[in-house]
Amino acid sequence: MLDLRGKSDTADRAFRWIAIGAAGLVLLILGMIALSMGDRARPVIAEMGFDFFSSTRWSPPDTLYGALPFIWGTLYTALIALALAVPVSLGVALFITQVAPRWLKKPLIYMIDLVAVVPSVVFGLWGVLVLSQHFGLGRSFLTAGIILAVMITPIITSLAREVIETTPVAEKEAALALGATRWEMIRASVLPHSKGGLVGAVMLGLGRALGETIAAALVIGSALGQITPNPFAPGNSMPAVIANEWGEADDMHKSALIALAVTLFVITIVVNLIATAIVQRSMRKSRGKAT
Amino acid sequence: MATPATVQTHRAAGTPLDSRIHVERRSAPSLETSEIVFDVENAEVFYGAFRAVRGVSMKIGKHQITAFIGPSGCGKTTMLRAFNRMHDTTPGARVAGKIAYHGVDLYGPEVSATEVRRRIGMVFQKPNPFPKSIYDNIAFGPRVNGVRSKAELDAIVEKSLRAAALWDEVKDRLRNSALGLSGGQQQRLCIARTIAVEPDVVLMDEPCSALDPIATARIEELMRELKTRYTIVIVTHNMQQAARTSDRTAFFTAELDSTTDQRTGVLVEYDSTAKMFSNPSDERTENYITGRFG
Repeated sequence: MLDLRGKSDTADRAFRWIAIGAAGLVLLILGMIALSMGDRARPVIAEMGFDFFSSTRWSPPDTLYGALPFIWGTLYTALIALALAVPVSLGVALFITQVAPRWLKKPLIYMIDLVAVVPSVVFGLWGVLVLSQHFGLGRSFLTAGIILAVMITPIITSLAREVIETTPVAEKEAALALGATRWEMIRASVLPHSKGGLVGAVMLGLGRALGETIAAALVIGSALGQITPNPFAPGNSMPAVIANEWGEADDMHKSALIALAVTLFVITIVVNLIATAIVQRSMRKSRGKAT
Repeated sequence: MATPATVQTHRAAGTPLDSRIHVERRSAPSLETSEIVFDVENAEVFYGAFRAVRGVSMKIGKHQITAFIGPSGCGKTTMLRAFNRMHDTTPGARVAGKIAYHGVDLYGPEVSATEVRRRIGMVFQKPNPFPKSIYDNIAFGPRVNGVRSKAELDAIVEKSLRAAALWDEVKDRLRNSALGLSGGQQQRLCIARTIAVEPDVVLMDEPCSALDPIATARIEELMRELKTRYTIVIVTHNMQQAARTSDRTAFFTAELDSTTDQRTGVLVEYDSTAKMFSNPSDERTENYITGRFG
């Protein structure tokens, strides 16, 4: 009789359950965070209502909690950071992948990855000492934006580099064979091919800039109630407020800070959903309609 | 080792060596009377220290189809890529010897690789359209070469697609992605894209190897049409294709260098296709064509 039973699949089954368990654990932790944070944020929302998001007055002694200046500060500094970091990151990634001679590639990649592991407090202190004091930028949206830009540049660069390197040689040669210069080849082949991945890289950098706490807290100025497009004005961001005020907060104040954290959480989730949508759309588009 | 003379005595000149291979009876223009596009003298291609091709000397005539045949690893694609300076983009690759194009040294100090590639286009083994619309694929070359007017671009796109026998199939969906086309259509799009910049020479690197026989037949038909306006050099693994389409055939093979233990491509024989497939001078050519080797 033919025996087709094969070897025992115990290991396969165990692996399957470990994988399911790991995936489930992530969801469970996320759910628990959302639940407990949402629960502790409820008192301040009950007290303030929608004013929590739209009021510009944040005065714990008067139990007034309007988070708009901090939402503004977070978004504004993150946008400054992106505006500075994206061109630099793309330039560096393109230089490494398309222009740099082979002997320069490895050391460059290594140095950029090194910047990524510098603790954020070091960047924050450097910002205080060099940007604020030496260059006289003071503590402001701009100072925070610059520091955040320095911090997210290595992340965006190394993701962009990896995406760009997946461009097939055939697509690059197609452009070169038509008499394109290197830049025209990059525009015709490399960038369209990498578009989705590049958006993803930028969004990851944005996520990091939105959530960065300690570096922003050190250089943003901790001013209350500033909603101004003036980049040289001091301001505040959501994570910085939480870090600065948590120590001496009473119950309602704590609830307000937690509500800030939840707001930040929701903003980053929305940013990521938008990024995913953009990436998928551009991938669908480049795959084209089947005939 | 049999001498070429022995081979000749067995067969009347003009009879194909292999009955499966049909050589068209067309009057191949002789190199003496036609204008010379490429004059190659002792060309060598290196990848770092490795010499991939050595000692190639040949002349390629205007408005002819020249086929490069030979076993894998014999350097025919490497040689083809030397004609439009595609090796410039490969780190460590280097071309030695002389490749003159209409009398100008392609690797001379004043020569721009982008200008060379505008005049000497290339169609690749795997269809490689840009992830853009059909229209933008064709318009890319003219655009990088300075054509801005919409009307002019429209005219070039239509003309090129017609020349590549693709117009009727795609005229209603020029704005659709080129990646939605079939493999054969994509390759004809790549040919249309190449001729849209009005090159002088079209290099083809095994253009049909990823295509089915019907698509292959269409490309071959297209090559014969294009020959009246362009000089074509084609690398192919398919000997029937070389016999069917080309005027002249170059047979390459790889030789083992006993001192370095490396295989280097050499040009064995280069002659009119009719002669190569019926009465080659070199025994290695005959062995390859009759399927005894390679």
